[in-house]
This record gives sequence, structure tokens and C-alpha cells, in this order.
Amino acid sequence: MNQSLSTQVLAQGQPWIGFDVGLLVDRFWSNTVDGLAYGSIYALVAIGYTLVYGVLKLINFAHSEVFIVGAFAAYFTFTALGFRPGPTLEIPVIEIVVNLLLAGVIAMICSGLLALTLERVAYRPLRRKKAPRLVFLITAVGASFAIQQLILLWRGANPERAIRLLRPETVFEIFGARVTNIQLTVFLASLALMLVADIFINRTRLGRGIRAVAQDPDTATLMGVNRERVIMLTFVVGGVLAGAAALFYIMQIPQGVLYNGGFLLGIKAFTAAVLGGIGNLRGALLGGLVLGIAENYGQSLFGGEWRDIVAFVLLIAILMFRPTGILGESLGKARV
Amino acid sequence: MNARNSSDSAPVPFGTKIRNWWNGLSRFQQWGVLIPLVVLVYLLPLLNFFPLTTEPGTDYEIALFNAARMALLAIGLNVVVGQAGLLDLGYVGFFAIGAYVAAVLTSPDSVLYGDYPWLAVVPIAMAVTMVSGVILGTPTLRLRGDYLAIVTLGFGEIVRLLADNIPQLRGNQGFQGVGGPPGTYSDGSPIFVQTDGTPWYWLTVTAIILVLILVGNLERSRVGRAWVAIREDEDAAEIMGVATFRFKIWAFVIGAAIGGLSGVLYAGQAAFVNNQRFDVITSVLFLAAVVLGGSGNKVGVILGALVISYIPDRFQVISEYRYLIFGLALIVLMIFRPQGLLGARQRLLAYGRQGYRKLLGRDEPVATESPMKDSGKGVNA
Repeated sequence: MNQSLSTQVLAQGQPWIGFDVGLLVDRFWSNTVDGLAYGSIYALVAIGYTLVYGVLKLINFAHSEVFIVGAFAAYFTFTALGFRPGPTLEIPVIEIVVNLLLAGVIAMICSGLLALTLERVAYRPLRRKKAPRLVFLITAVGASFAIQQLILLWRGANPERAIRLLRPETVFEIFGARVTNIQLTVFLASLALMLVADIFINRTRLGRGIRAVAQDPDTATLMGVNRERVIMLTFVVGGVLAGAAALFYIMQIPQGVLYNGGFLLGIKAFTAAVLGGIGNLRGALLGGLVLGIAENYGQSLFGGEWRDIVAFVLLIAILMFRPTGILGESLGKARV
Repeated sequence: MNARNSSDSAPVPFGTKIRNWWNGLSRFQQWGVLIPLVVLVYLLPLLNFFPLTTEPGTDYEIALFNAARMALLAIGLNVVVGQAGLLDLGYVGFFAIGAYVAAVLTSPDSVLYGDYPWLAVVPIAMAVTMVSGVILGTPTLRLRGDYLAIVTLGFGEIVRLLADNIPQLRGNQGFQGVGGPPGTYSDGSPIFVQTDGTPWYWLTVTAIILVLILVGNLERSRVGRAWVAIREDEDAAEIMGVATFRFKIWAFVIGAAIGGLSGVLYAGQAAFVNNQRFDVITSVLFLAAVVLGGSGNKVGVILGALVISYIPDRFQVISEYRYLIFGLALIVLMIFRPQGLLGARQRLLAYGRQGYRKLLGRDEPVATESPMKDSGKGVNA
């Protein structure tokens, strides 16, 4: 698609990058709606990066694979439930909801387990050896790489054929922009999950343990916090939220279940986490939504093929000018 | 370093004996060993029979060329990762820029096509990659550790996406007929053709030797000492008066130039460049070569590059699984031997080494840890 597009553009002698303010104005609200729906997926994945970074000061590079494994799990749950690629079946709403919930739960379990396994197999031995941080990062890159390749060997390079449980239908319009049932569900469900996560971290005993370890691992250990358990918990929480994000992802982009489908999304989710302030839960939400919207605006402004570049340039710009993000890094500094 | 692991109690690490023997030789004796070795390396394409050959799966000479090209890349990346301790996940970007500059200037498909001699294109390509190294480095080298890694990854992707999106760079369609070095045989047929890997291999090995001499001299100079200081403790280096930012830029730029050179060679041999070979996976593969061999150790990274490139060509069975194997190898290696197959050591000059030995009656201390030390007290500290 890209190629034919570029050939076409070349033939017409058009500039290779657009700057179409009119299009942005036209699509402003629909871009905003799409951006919010898509950005809420970034936000959920970003929490995984943020929590692990907050506790271990590690960019869990393999989190994108935790996410995509969740997407595969949800997909195979769909097929196991008898859904096939092709036209969306006409089934009662309640059945759709039950099926989606089931797929979501299985995706969350798979992602959570994978995150936990990674922690146990790859990162824990390094922690025990007190390895330098770069060693952790290289391990994470290797893990990401290995999981991706395992999926490639298993499923091949082609995406799975799309399965849609829910047909997109307009629920209501806002300033002329259509909001579909899928977008609304994804956005509200993500918000709800984020709220749960926020309450969990900020209000519960286990959450206090996480914050304590993020703030000062040694003191937390002295105060009776089981550090190993907290780290495991952190990975599991991040993994579970990534699993949920995976379900929302295949609801919005059913054709996106692909061995390296997590990579780009993972980078963007990390961008979102940095944007909001890494280590900051609410920052992850804000960063995800802002990134989702910015990407869509950029798409209208510069043209569809520049969408990903907008995200990367944004990442570099934030790290240069405000490396602590919009809300600042604060998991450890949160009130007790 | 960790006193427990030093020479007195721990088992002698892999390769230490050879290293001690090597370090004990005088400069002339070292050359006496090196020259036959280099001759052997040059003769490799002629040894196209059983234990070495990669045929029938892969053309043996081209497999050798690819391994040599990977070794050149690994040496370049080693300057950045191993010497200066800057984790660069977007190194493929420089490789791509080198390949694209060569393609844009020498391919008839390009709008900028002119009858540029290849020998002029090489320095142009290297200069362009150096400039791109400055462009990437200036804003990002303020960052440390993991943030730097992510930003360089973003840079690599931006380069690839630009190749996708700018129509003049022809995306997937690519550039045919990328030029190579001049020269013809006595019967008039060109020496450097796509099908014959041998001249390309010899050219690359020559480039490797030149680059090794250059990088080796840099390592032994003030620049190299500054890199090691930055790698070991950036804050301390800064306080001791090392212009850390400038030397980090230098590491980036020199690494970029070597990557660009490798890109030019790649484009020339394949005679074709499109946007398919410059993704993050390739970048991680480069990193795997450096880390596997032992970052900070030039011999080590060459060994790592051979493992990454030659082994899958030689043993076709594992070719399909190569990325998986190298991904797993990264994990296992980081857990059990983070310094790689051949670790870096704290360097003394060759003469200094012998003096050390004479004075103290024992060898210089060997670093048993990875050079990838935790440099920062915190990110962006």
C-alpha cells in the first residue's frame, strides 16, 4: 500500500509530506474521539512500563510481547468459542458481553503469567547478582526478541484473520464526530480499569508495599515489606492490564494479531508513560490519551504514513525538554 | 571491581591464558603472529571445502563477505556500546544511511544519479552518517542508560520510516544497480560484481584492518581513556575534567561512520537497496554480535559477528531459528556471563603492560565484570 502510494505521489510530483491544516480542522473531533479510544489502550499498556520502571528502574522491553501474547490468547479464545473469521454473527448482546469478558479474562491470565515468568526466569537471576542496569535492559531486549520469534515460528509472518464479535455502530455523535459502540466500550472499560489500578496502588496494603519499594527498596525491606513478592506483584499487575489492553486492541483492530504487532504499540505505550511521567500511574493515563490524540492529529496534518513518526519525534522531544513528563515521576514520591 | 573474582581464588576465565601469553609478547613478536594470521584470513575464500564451506546452502564467498561486513559493523557499534558504554539500539539507522547514500548517488534509479566514482561516494556516505550521528547525538546524549537506548531505537525507526515514506527513496521498490569500486580484470570484465564475493570480502577485510588500526589508536589515546572513564563512571569523569558530552558525541560519530562504511559495502555488493533490511530486529542482531563476543573487546566483537553471521550460514538447520537463538543467547549470557565470550579488560599500553609485569611480577588486573557498568546514580541525574 505504502509503495503504490509513494509511486503515485512521485508520479504526480506532489510534496512528500503534507501540511493540511484544513483536513485537521475538518477531522478535529473525529480524530479526538479515535485518539481517545486508541490512547486508552496505550494508557493500559503504559501502566505496565510505569510500574516496573517505578519499582525496578528497568524498562521492561519485553512488555510489548506480554501484550501481544494477550492478544493471541484473546484471539484463540474467540476461535475456541466457535467464532470464525468473516461476517460478524448476529447474537444477543448478553452473549457478546459474556464472550468478550471470557476472552478478556483469559488474555489477562496469559499476559499476567507471561510477565511473571519473565520476571522469574530472566530478571530475578540478574537481581540476585546485582547486575548493572544495562545488563537488565539487554536481557529484556533479548527476551522480547525471543518471544517474538517464537510466535513467528509458530504462527508465521501473516496476521491472523480478523474476527469481529461486535460490529461498529454509531452510538451518538459529538460535534459531528461519530462515537462507535466499540470506542465507547473500550474507553469506558479502560477508564474503569485505570481507576481500579489507581485505587489498588494508592489505597490498598499491597499497593502501599509497591510504593514503598519504589521509594526505597532497602528501607521497605527493613520495614517488613517482602520485596520479591512486591516485584512479582508489580509484574503481574502490569501483565494483567496489558492483557486487558490486548482485548481492547483486537476489538478495535481485529486484523492486528501479528507476531510483531506488539512492538510498535509497546514503544508508543512507553512513550506515553514517559510523556505522562514515568513511574506515575495517572501520568500513564494522561500520556496515553495525549499520545493517541496527537498521533491522530499528526495523521491528518502530515498524512497517514507519518503517524508513527509523530510518536517517535514526540518521544525524542519529550525526553529532551521534559524528561520527567507532564505530571512528573512520582510512584515512589506519592503520599503515604 | 569485585575482588573475590580476581585472579587469586576464582577459576581462570576462558581465554585468559591466551591473553596472558599474547600480552607477554613484545610488539614485534605480536606482529610475527599477526601477519600469518592476517594472511590466513585473506586466504579464507580459497579454502572452499568441507569443514568451512557453507555451500550448497549459501554461496561461500558471499557468506564470508557478510560475516566480514558484520564484523565491521560490530567494531563500529563496539566503539559506542563497548568503549563509551552508550547503549545504541538504533545503530541500524547509520547502516541504512550509509547504504542509502551510496544508492542515491550511484543508482540509475535515483533522481540524484550522477556518474560519481565509488571512491568519492565512500567518504561522502561516511560524512553524511557522521553528520547524522551529530544530529542524533546532540539532543540525546544528555540522556543516560535506558532512556538513551529508547531514543536511539526511535531514531533507527525514524530512519526506516523516512525510507518508507519519502517517495524519492523509493520504499520497497528500491534502487537497482548500486555502484561498486572500479577495476577490471585483464579481459575487461569488472572485478566487483554481485555474484563474486571474494573481491568484496578482501575489500572488507582491508577496511576492517584499517578501522582496527584507527580505533585501536583512538583507544590508546586521550579519547579512548575518556571513553573508558565515561563508561565506568560518567559523573566522576565529568568532575575530573573529562568533557563527557564531547567525547560521547565523538563515540557516536566514529561509530556512525564505521556503520555507514559497512552500509556502503552492503549496498555495493547487493547492488540493490530497499527499505526491507533496516528494522529494529537487525539492530538487535548487531547488538547481539557485540554483547555476545564481549563488548569493549575488539577481538571479542569480531568473534561475536562471526557467530551471528557465519554460523547460521554454515549450519542451515539453525538458520530459520537464528533470531530466536540469538535472543535466548542474550538472556542466558546476561545471566551467566554478562561480559560476553571474551570480556573487556582494563587496558594498559603494550609497553606499560610489560613494565607492569616486570615491576610487580604478575599480570595486569583483569576486569571480570562487564564494561556495561551502572554509570548513573539515576536516569537523568
